[in-house]
Amino acid sequence: MPSGRVLIDEERCKGCGLCIAACPQKVLAFSGKINRSGYNYVHMEHPEKCVGCAFCAMTCPDVAIEVYREKVAA
Amino acid sequence: MGERKLMRGNEVIAEAAIRAGCECYFAYPITPQAELLEHMARNMPRLGRTFVQAESEIGAINMLYGAAAAGVRAMTSSSSPGISLKQEGISYIAGSNLPAVIVNIMRGGPGLGDIAPAQGDYFQATKGGGHGDYRMIVLGPSTVPEAGELTILAFDLADKYRVPVMILADGMLGQMMEPVELPDPVDPATLPKKDWALTGAKGRDPNIILSFDLDPEVLKQMNLVLQEKYRKIEDNEARYEEYQTDDADIVIAAYGTVARIAKTVVRRARAEGIKLGLFRPITLWPFPYEPLRELASRVKTVLTVEMSAGQMWEDVRLAVAERAETPFYGEMGGVVTTPRKILSEVRKYAR
Amino acid sequence: MPVNTENMVKVFGRPKSLTDARFTYCPGCHHGILTRIIAKAIDELGIAERTVTIAPVGCSVFAYLWYKCDAVQASHGRASAVATGLKRANKDLVVISYQGDGDFASIGTAESIHAANRGENITVIFVNNQIYGMTGGEMAPTTLVGQRTTTTPDGRDPAYFGYPIRFSELIATLDAPVYVTRQALYDTRRIMDAEKAIKKAISYQVEGKGYSLVEVLSTCPTNWHMSPLEANRHVAEVVTEAFPLGDLVDRGG
Repeated sequence: MPSGRVLIDEERCKGCGLCIAACPQKVLAFSGKINRSGYNYVHMEHPEKCVGCAFCAMTCPDVAIEVYREKVAA
Repeated sequence: MGERKLMRGNEVIAEAAIRAGCECYFAYPITPQAELLEHMARNMPRLGRTFVQAESEIGAINMLYGAAAAGVRAMTSSSSPGISLKQEGISYIAGSNLPAVIVNIMRGGPGLGDIAPAQGDYFQATKGGGHGDYRMIVLGPSTVPEAGELTILAFDLADKYRVPVMILADGMLGQMMEPVELPDPVDPATLPKKDWALTGAKGRDPNIILSFDLDPEVLKQMNLVLQEKYRKIEDNEARYEEYQTDDADIVIAAYGTVARIAKTVVRRARAEGIKLGLFRPITLWPFPYEPLRELASRVKTVLTVEMSAGQMWEDVRLAVAERAETPFYGEMGGVVTTPRKILSEVRKYAR
Repeated sequence: MPVNTENMVKVFGRPKSLTDARFTYCPGCHHGILTRIIAKAIDELGIAERTVTIAPVGCSVFAYLWYKCDAVQASHGRASAVATGLKRANKDLVVISYQGDGDFASIGTAESIHAANRGENITVIFVNNQIYGMTGGEMAPTTLVGQRTTTTPDGRDPAYFGYPIRFSELIATLDAPVYVTRQALYDTRRIMDAEKAIKKAISYQVEGKGYSLVEVLSTCPTNWHMSPLEANRHVAEVVTEAFPLGDLVDRGG
C-alpha cells in the first residue's frame, strides 16, 4: 500500500477531533499543544500508518488538512 | 416624442419606467395601483424583460434588491400597507448603496384603511419607515404627465447616487387620465456603467454587496459614506414650484394631488381679491427648506393643506419657524379635499 | 513539525475557489464542511467567474468571505427572493442561495416555497441543524420533539409548538423543482454523497434545468451541548429518523 502524509495547518485547526475519528488507520491524535487561538491542535501520532485516504481532510470543517500520497512506480 | 395619448397615472408611471430602461419589475397586486402592475405584465415580457408577480410585497422588494445588485434598472410598486411591508428591504437597499425605484400610490390608512387617495405616508417616506440612519429621495408628482417625468428622473437619480428613490403619488393621480407625451426610450448604451455590480468576478476582484460589519468603527465609516451622499443630494437635488407667489400675502404649501387642486384655489381666491400663492415641493426629500424659508419672510401666512393629519406640515413649520403663521387644514381617511373647502379655509386668514 | 512530502503527490487540498480566510464557525460545525463542498463543486464546474453566492442571516452571515466569487448579503429569510432577482436580471450568473433552518423554513417560508414553485433556475442549499445557532440556541421549525432549546427549555412539546417541519417534502410536492434531496455530513460516506448531490444541483442550474434544493442535516455542537463527535452520532442515529436521507425528486436526467 502506498504511504501517505497529511499536512495540518496548526493555526486553522480548532481541535474538534472529527479527523481523529474519521481516520481508519488511527494515525491522528491531539498534539497536546495550543495554537494562537487557544485550540489543542491535531498532529500525526502514527505517520507510518497513513495511507493517504483523505478521510480526515474530507471531514475537516476548517479545511485545514492537505493530503499527500507516495508516487507508485509504474 | 410626439406620441400624445390619454393615459392613466398608473400606466404613465409604468410606461415611463419602461422607456427609462427598467429591466426588471417585481410587484404584488394591491389597489389602487393595479393598472401599473397590469401594464408591466402586458409589456415587459414582450420586450424580453422581467416581470414577476411576487409572493408578497416583501418578496418583491427583495427581488428588487437582487436585481439592483446585478446592476440592472429595477422597480417595484405598491400602496401604503404594502409599502409598510417593504421597509426592511428599503433599509437594506439604502445601506447597501443600491439604486432602486419604489412607487407608492397612497391610500387611506392606518391599517387596512380604504382604497381612496390619501397622503398619510409622508412621514414613512421622508423620515425613515425603515430602520437606521438612511434617507430616500422622494418625488411627489402633481399631474399625470409629471408622474411620467419624475419616474424617468427617479431612475437617473437612483443610478447617479446609488440610492432608493420613491415616487410618492396617490390613488387619485394613479387612476385619473390626462393627455401625455412620453419621451423616446433611453438607449441602454448611454446608461451609466456599474463596476460595483455583481456581474461575475471575471478578470477582477469579487464584488460584495452588503450593509453589515460587526466592527462599530467600520459601520460608522459606512454610515459616513451614506451621510456624505445625502448632503450632496440635499445641496443639489431639491426641487419645488412656486405659483403666483411674487405678491402673495398667503401661500398654500401642498404637494401632489392637493397642490393640483390648490392651483384652482389660487385662481379663485385671486378673483375674489385675495393675494394667494402656492408653494409646491416636488422633492419631499430633500425638502426645499431654504426657498420656503425665504418665501415665508415675505408673506403673513403659510397654510399647509394635506390629505392627512398633518405630516408635511412639520417640515413646513421647520422651514417657516416664526416668520409667518403656519396653520393647517387636512382631510383624512381617503376623503379628497375640494377647491371650495380649501378656499373657505384660506378666507379665514385673508382678513 | 515539518512533514516531508518529497516524492509525493498532493491528492487533497483546499479548493481554489476558497479564500484564505479562516472560518468563523465553531469547532466541529458542519457549515465548514459544506462550504468546502460548495467551493469544490464551483472548481470542478469551472464557474467561479460567474457565480454569485448569497449570504443569509445566521451563523453563515459571513459566507461572502469564504468564496472567490461575487456575493450579496440578504435580509433574514429573503435569500430565495434575492436569488430570484439576481437570476432574472442576469441568467448567465450561477446563483447559489445558502440558508439555515430559520432563514429558509421560518421567516423565509413564503420566499422559499414560491421561488421553488416558480421554478427559478437557482440552487438553494438548506442547512438544517434543528436550532438557531447565531442567536444562542432557540427552537427552529425543524427542532425535534422533546429537544431542549432556549425557547423549549423542557423539550419541544407538540401540544404547544407542533412538530418538526419536513420542508424538502413540501417542496417535493411542487411541479416545478427539478432536484430535491436531503443529505448529511456525519461520516465520510455521507460527505461523499453530499459532494455528488451538490455538484449535481449546481450543474442542473448551469444546464438551465431549473430549481434545485439540497437540504443538509448538520450539527450545532455548541447549542446541542454535545462534542462534535457526539453531535455527528446524534445526526446518524436520531435526526435521520425524523428527516430521512435521499433524493425526493430528480427530474434532471
